[in-house]
Amino acid sequence: MVAQKITIEPVTRIEGHAKVTIHMKEDGNVEHAYFHVNEFRGFEKFCEGRMVFEMPLITPRICGICPVSHHLAAAKAADEVMGTPPPRPAVLLRDLMHMGQVIQSHGMHFFELAGPDLILGFDTDPAIRNVVGLIQANAELTLKAVNLRKFGQQIIEFVSGRRIHPTFAVPGGVNKALSAEDRGKIQAGIDEAIKTTQIGLSIMKDWAEKNRADIERFAVLKSGYFGLVTPNNGLELYDGNIRLVDQEGKQLECFDGRNYLDYIAEHVEPWSYLKFPYYKKLGWPQGVYRVGPLGRLNASDRIETPLAQEEMKLWKSLNGGKPVENTLYYHLARLIETLFAIERVAALLDDPDILSTDILNTRTDFKGEGVGVIEAPRGTLFHHYWANDKGQLTRVNLIVATGHNNWAMSEAVDSVAKTYINGKPVTEGLLNRVEAAIRAHDPCLSCSTHAVGQMPLEIEFYDPQGSLIRTLSRNIA
Amino acid sequence: MSKPKVASDWLAGCAGCHMSLLDMDERIVKIAELVDLRATPITDLKEPDASGVDVGVLEGGVNNTLNEEVAHRMRKRCKVLVALGDCAVFGGVPAMRNFFTIEEALRRAYVETESTDENGRIPDDPELAVQTRVRALHEVVPVDIHVPGCPPNADVIFYVLSELAQGRKPELTGNMLHWH
Ligand code: SF4
Repeated sequence: MVAQKITIEPVTRIEGHAKVTIHMKEDGNVEHAYFHVNEFRGFEKFCEGRMVFEMPLITPRICGICPVSHHLAAAKAADEVMGTPPPRPAVLLRDLMHMGQVIQSHGMHFFELAGPDLILGFDTDPAIRNVVGLIQANAELTLKAVNLRKFGQQIIEFVSGRRIHPTFAVPGGVNKALSAEDRGKIQAGIDEAIKTTQIGLSIMKDWAEKNRADIERFAVLKSGYFGLVTPNNGLELYDGNIRLVDQEGKQLECFDGRNYLDYIAEHVEPWSYLKFPYYKKLGWPQGVYRVGPLGRLNASDRIETPLAQEEMKLWKSLNGGKPVENTLYYHLARLIETLFAIERVAALLDDPDILSTDILNTRTDFKGEGVGVIEAPRGTLFHHYWANDKGQLTRVNLIVATGHNNWAMSEAVDSVAKTYINGKPVTEGLLNRVEAAIRAHDPCLSCSTHAVGQMPLEIEFYDPQGSLIRTLSRNIA
Repeated sequence: MSKPKVASDWLAGCAGCHMSLLDMDERIVKIAELVDLRATPITDLKEPDASGVDVGVLEGGVNNTLNEEVAHRMRKRCKVLVALGDCAVFGGVPAMRNFFTIEEALRRAYVETESTDENGRIPDDPELAVQTRVRALHEVVPVDIHVPGCPPNADVIFYVLSELAQGRKPELTGNMLHWH
């Protein structure tokens, strides 16, 4: 048998364009599988010269799925540059809007992007393995899922006036207070959102029960885990210190995100526009870690809301108190976080300061440099700006959520290709599992390639000399 | 009559236009009834049917060789091509890159950024697309319908798709051309 290269392009049901190449050996085993991110947009360069207050408007255009995270990371960095800490009610409103973002993004991912694999099956006909297929298979559940996403999007809309690319946070605070009427409208949706998330959790647990064998052999990786925590090492998505634990769950660092350059660096590979962040003290590649839902639950000890904490206890028991290593459990972690975000919305709306109109600090103490850190749905997001004394940016550095998981996605693709394809005839369903290894991380390639942008997935078979033998396109059209 | 086939893809955009499409919320069920959704980023078909589709929708401008390929393929295979959102209509925010050379932008991202380690280099593997000037979609292929907005409002997207699905040409006027 001649060695081959398989190309999967584009990878579907992820945000952005990626491609996978699987290089095969002559005996039909996998030599190595690569995850290529294929676009570059250059925000770090073209934001030079812009005014710092424009950044909360420009950077959401990095990603339409988590624009709120960029909007807020930019505002936080701008607060620092201008030396204008926002008043407490503004912080609460930003946090509330961010929870809306987490709910809509996580909800959409579980039901509409990953759901077709979990609910319809990895090997279903690709022509129906999508949200329309879900509507046909279970219209009631799909509508609930659509409504969960809508609940999150509406929080963003009630708080800021727009669903996508908000114009709400400004250096020093926000530009709109919440009305009692809009608070009531959000509150009215909380119970249903919790119920839908709990349905998701039971679907996920049921699926895990039936597919234990897959979970145990599907990209089980050892790495560090990374995310924001509260002062009690509880899960945190808006503001806190960054905690990094090792593969056993032992704390390696707990640091202020403003000092990120002392702790993390980015490695570049010639075959991807997406860089590979790592923990500096251990170096590349020993210092790799994972972020996002699985990374965050592993990096924190508890969740400070009651329903999510019950689920967290089960999470911690999955691997005897040690970090959960199974890539497919990202889906479970995502739902637990959704539950947390909804409970947090309820708590924020009950806060006596939430309707306050003290939302903007206009005193400035100009610093000229600032770092904004936030937990985007897919992981820790850093915006770092340097400005001249007019507030015009001279340099911009961004490290985006999905980037931190670049190593994990590349490793997962290689591992799944080796586990499932080795020596077997390559079917569409097997290739879909390779894509699922990426999908589990819910990558946001536009984000990760702010910098880099988009990714399609195709599998090419190459011989050992590197010449292309065959491209496996999964078109059935 | 069989349902009109619709395919979509994203180029140099941010996925926000596709998210705005999902913001039609429960009306998505209505759209699913009206049209046959073929290759899109949220379905698993990889490219528009070789036998053709009725409507092609593209989000994002064109900023590399891969986007060029996708735009040409979509144009060849669809009867009506829709440029969805400001990026596709005139280049949008990503076109700010045109104020710099591609080399400058790449060097900043992969060599100079403060967090990039000392081995940083510009990725150049043959698997990767080559960067070009950022262009609006109509600079690369002929476009039939322009839907501006960043992103266009979900109601506007719903109107455009349902008109096209029923064989009519959507007329975008007044408020539909404004967004806030
Ligand atoms: S027009 Fe706006 S929302 Fe649409 S892809 Fe471009 S930046 Fe994103």
